[in-house]
Amino acid sequence: MTSVDYLKRFDFHALYEQSLTVKPETVIQTLKQSTFSLSDLPTLISPAASQFIESLAQRSYQITRQRFGNMMQLFVPLYLSNECYNHCTYCNFSIHLDYPRKTLTDDEIIENGKLLKSKGFNHILLLTGEAPKTVDVNYIGHAIKLLSPLFSSIGVEIQPLKQSEYEYLIKQGCDSLTVYQETYEPDIYKQYHLTGKKRLFENRLYTPEEGAKAGFFKINLGALLGLYDWRFEALNLGYHLSYLHKHYWKVKYGISFPRITETISSFSTLYPVKDIDIVQIICAFRLLFNDLSITLSTREHPSFRNHVMPLGVTHLSAESNTSPGGYCGTNEQDQFQIHDSRSVHDISKQLHSIGLDPVVKDWDQAFIR
Amino acid sequence: MLTIAKRTFKSRLFLGTGKFSSANVMKESLQASGSEMVTVAVRRVDINNPQDDFLNAISPKDYLFLPNTSGARNAEEAIRIARLGRAFGVSDWVKLEVTPEPNYLLPDGTETLIAARQLVKEGFKVLPYINADPILAKHLEDAGCCTVMPLAAPIGTNKGLTTKDQIKIIIEQSTVPVVVDAGIGTPSHASEAMEMGADAVLVNTAIAVAQDPVKMALAFKQAVMAGRLAFESGIANTVDTAQASSPLTNFLRT
Repeated sequence: MTSVDYLKRFDFHALYEQSLTVKPETVIQTLKQSTFSLSDLPTLISPAASQFIESLAQRSYQITRQRFGNMMQLFVPLYLSNECYNHCTYCNFSIHLDYPRKTLTDDEIIENGKLLKSKGFNHILLLTGEAPKTVDVNYIGHAIKLLSPLFSSIGVEIQPLKQSEYEYLIKQGCDSLTVYQETYEPDIYKQYHLTGKKRLFENRLYTPEEGAKAGFFKINLGALLGLYDWRFEALNLGYHLSYLHKHYWKVKYGISFPRITETISSFSTLYPVKDIDIVQIICAFRLLFNDLSITLSTREHPSFRNHVMPLGVTHLSAESNTSPGGYCGTNEQDQFQIHDSRSVHDISKQLHSIGLDPVVKDWDQAFIR
Repeated sequence: MLTIAKRTFKSRLFLGTGKFSSANVMKESLQASGSEMVTVAVRRVDINNPQDDFLNAISPKDYLFLPNTSGARNAEEAIRIARLGRAFGVSDWVKLEVTPEPNYLLPDGTETLIAARQLVKEGFKVLPYINADPILAKHLEDAGCCTVMPLAAPIGTNKGLTTKDQIKIIIEQSTVPVVVDAGIGTPSHASEAMEMGADAVLVNTAIAVAQDPVKMALAFKQAVMAGRLAFESGIANTVDTAQASSPLTNFLRT
């Protein structure tokens, strides 16, 4: 049974309803437990539990320090291209938007890589749109190879590929895969993804499994919060993670909860996600998955990030620029607006001030070669 | 004095260097602990970077660096990381960790034994991290490892000597030093391991995430010394029944 078949076995709308009707007494009882299981997820993300956000945060903080110590891993994204054949209503890279597209040349990749390395970054995440004719697996593999002498850890967030293609990328020096389902509600998914390969909901849902089979060391899941009710996404993510963890037990899993911000196509969300919701979902996942990596995006504002950093987060991006080659002064279209533009130096200073140690290297290319 | 691979150590407390809030707190904690051997995760150190926090904070002149293979999922990866540690010039010692499951980080005995045999052949001083499995400990000893390092509890759990009965057997049977590693959460756990006859303990999380890591490092130093002293003093057996102060069978000797 694949993860797709597994997830179909559950009625997530019913679980969601269950979550909405959780009573405060149940939350109090649940929080008395020393450990938590998947069956506690509807309770932990319930509206009732949001009244106990301080208790959730305290537990989440304690578990995070216990499991990860006082460390915070820093990484930087590098967009290789904004070419894309998909029509997605919320994304600036969507094919329906008319502007000149850009894919980085070898020289530009190296120039951007060197600049990021000189700022102190050692972990890099390479991103693309989905334009498999021009930005294909060979292009991405080549980019990885160009950057592998510079970086200890290289991840990709790209179009869904097959196992053998991922195996090729790993051989080039890539250790981690990030693939967000965007939304786990199949009908809603179709309303946002109008044309292109990305419209294939189940293909995307199966992608993390392809990556796990290929042998990635780390796989990051996520949902783009704001496309649908965040509690529904949280339930699906919990079950998805649980399946992957049991079946592909050698992989280190991570999760991210990006929230929709403004896009140029004046997309506005019908399902706004409040600050307290983000805190609740982070804490709930920490209570359930003690060793899960949790990333906090630069989409969030600096003050919110400062407060959330210690509560369960283990990975932070910094100085992010979401346009291809943006670090070296090009002025291409970005994918989304970031709100925390502080330098890696300033982020590190902030971390030190709250007793956390910014870590730039926690991996080595030697694991692969 | 503890001797491992012909090197002597006054301190029987080894420290891990992860999870501290800063390189400075780590440095002060190491000093307070009196430790002479510290683990260094090869994956964490950027040997090509002169600004590397870790390498700037502590010097191999003050501590024996024990590079570990943290992150390795199989023998092949562990061997590669060990070679990298040696190529860095860190040292030819290696704390062999093969942990295919990334959450509980429990060691894979089969792969550990394969890697240990190869690394010993290549001249490494191998200190393998293992589950508290007495048979595996003997195999590793036969393979030429210079210690065995059974876990007290899964790493980072601070649960103490949950594998006590097995560790006792390892200590009883071993001809190489036994270093109890992982899961030691409080100074009293460390003391208990030392009282049982462990040759040393390795501690990280319990010190690194304490409210005051420097003070906690000192507490561990003293606990390890107390436990060792007690072991050397010959601890009186505990018994469940009272013992008569007037012997019952003296008449047989008169």
